[in-house]
Amino acid sequence: MNLANTEPRTVISLQNVDKYFGEFHALKKINLTVAKGERIVICGPSGSGKSTLIRCINRLEQHNSGNIIVDGHELTDQVKDIDAVRREVGMVFQNFNLFPHLTIVENLMLAPRLVRKTARDEARKHAMKLLERVRIPEQADKYPSQLSGGQQQRVAIARALCMNPAIMLFDEPTSALDPEMINEVLEVMTDLAKEGMTMICVTHEMGFARSVADTVVFMDAGEIVERNTPEEFFNNPQQQRTQTFLKQILSH
Amino acid sequence: MNFDFSLIISSIPQLLEGLGLTLQLWFISGILGLLLAIALMLMRISGKWFLYAPAMIYIYIFRGTPILVQLFIIYHGLPQVEFIRESFLWVVLREPFGCGILALTLNTGAYVSEILRGGVNGVPKGLGEAGAALGLSKVQRFIYITTPLAVRLAIPAYSNDVISLMKSTALVSTITLLDMMGIARIIVSETYAPYEIFISLMIIYLVITWGTQKAFALFERRMSRHIIQ
Ligand SMILES: Nc1ncnc2c1ncn2[C@@H]1O[C@H](COP(=O)(O)OP(=O)(O)OP(=O)(O)O)[C@@H](O)[C@H]1O
Ligand SMILES: [Mg+2]
Repeated sequence: MNLANTEPRTVISLQNVDKYFGEFHALKKINLTVAKGERIVICGPSGSGKSTLIRCINRLEQHNSGNIIVDGHELTDQVKDIDAVRREVGMVFQNFNLFPHLTIVENLMLAPRLVRKTARDEARKHAMKLLERVRIPEQADKYPSQLSGGQQQRVAIARALCMNPAIMLFDEPTSALDPEMINEVLEVMTDLAKEGMTMICVTHEMGFARSVADTVVFMDAGEIVERNTPEEFFNNPQQQRTQTFLKQILSH
Repeated sequence: MNFDFSLIISSIPQLLEGLGLTLQLWFISGILGLLLAIALMLMRISGKWFLYAPAMIYIYIFRGTPILVQLFIIYHGLPQVEFIRESFLWVVLREPFGCGILALTLNTGAYVSEILRGGVNGVPKGLGEAGAALGLSKVQRFIYITTPLAVRLAIPAYSNDVISLMKSTALVSTITLLDMMGIARIIVSETYAPYEIFISLMIIYLVITWGTQKAFALFERRMSRHIIQ
């Protein structure tokens, strides 16, 4: 591991965050801090609020009370801060969400060109570098529909990296993939972790959690039930709900 | 019945004298109608009641009544209203041509706005979220992500509406304009040969429709490069 910084700086902090969908209480008094370079894996049963939690961090969902501070910016209705935060935070979705009408390299160039006003050549050069990093430079001029699921998800990771984010959010990046494609995506994510990227990753890939995560967070019914190092989390779960959950997913 | 094939052919050049007017009505109201449709669609999806409510009422009225009735109200009805005769609108409404353009524009705008809205709603929500997550503003997302995909989705329905607008131009013959239909009616009243004349007219309309369909098919193919055939 290359955790070069000596004084871990808090880059994300959630304090008493509540989120409602109408009457439904989706997040209940969530408290979570993430240090620079920290890798957090979030797991929990379906509907427990994992997606909602990470979507609040880049304000794809708006929380109803409590504070969320990302890289020094408090998330409020102020549009300026939200865009500043979103540039610092990359996100990878379960369904890739590549722009189908743009080629692979254009998918990567769009945001730098529009948001940073990067020149075309420079944006393309940077995009190609990122495609090499996710090991598919040869697909640059194809359209997303011509790629396999695993390749599309690697492009999506590269696209999220094209704004040079300090933080990466992953929402079940491998659960829409055929089993034989899961590893190629996990490898890219592991590379990222090794390079010191701050990552919050919703996943049920427990092998990945064990080998990469600093912290595993278990959620159920909108609450953070337990958080611990992977070692403790898997070998010595404290809460009844965690034990039940682990039994279920490890029996597959 | 005595059917005169040669009359079908020989009346075509005469009918084509109205082609210019038909095309003018079609293109001008098509373009103005599209602009109106874009504005109405944006109002509809704005999420603000004072914008979408008027748009919905407008669309309901213009889709819920015959275009012929709308045309007659504009041509016969509006000039009765004094303040319209005194306003700048009178420049348009004084001439049957202006009335025709106005009726066709207002009508097609209502239909096309719904077609465009269907296209916009057909774009997966996740794509906009991906754009937002990258830091693109709302306007940038709409222009660079939603619009190209919505256009692709809307082409088939839109091309139908463009063709139906072309056919609707024939209605202006009822307000004294001499488009192809207007000329056909005059020839019929002189020759008493309605079958032959109207068959020639059908042929011309069919040729225009055929060309339009071809053009839209090309456009659709161009906009679908990203979908593997
Ligand atoms: N836009 C929404 N409107 C209403 N309810 C929602 C909305 N989004 C999520 N919910 C509800 O909030 C709860 C938490 O959803 P969330 O997607 O965060 O769960 P999750 O832990 O990510 O589940 P999964 O593992 O299935 O992805 C669910 O009960 C869901 O039905
Ligand atoms: Mg989820």
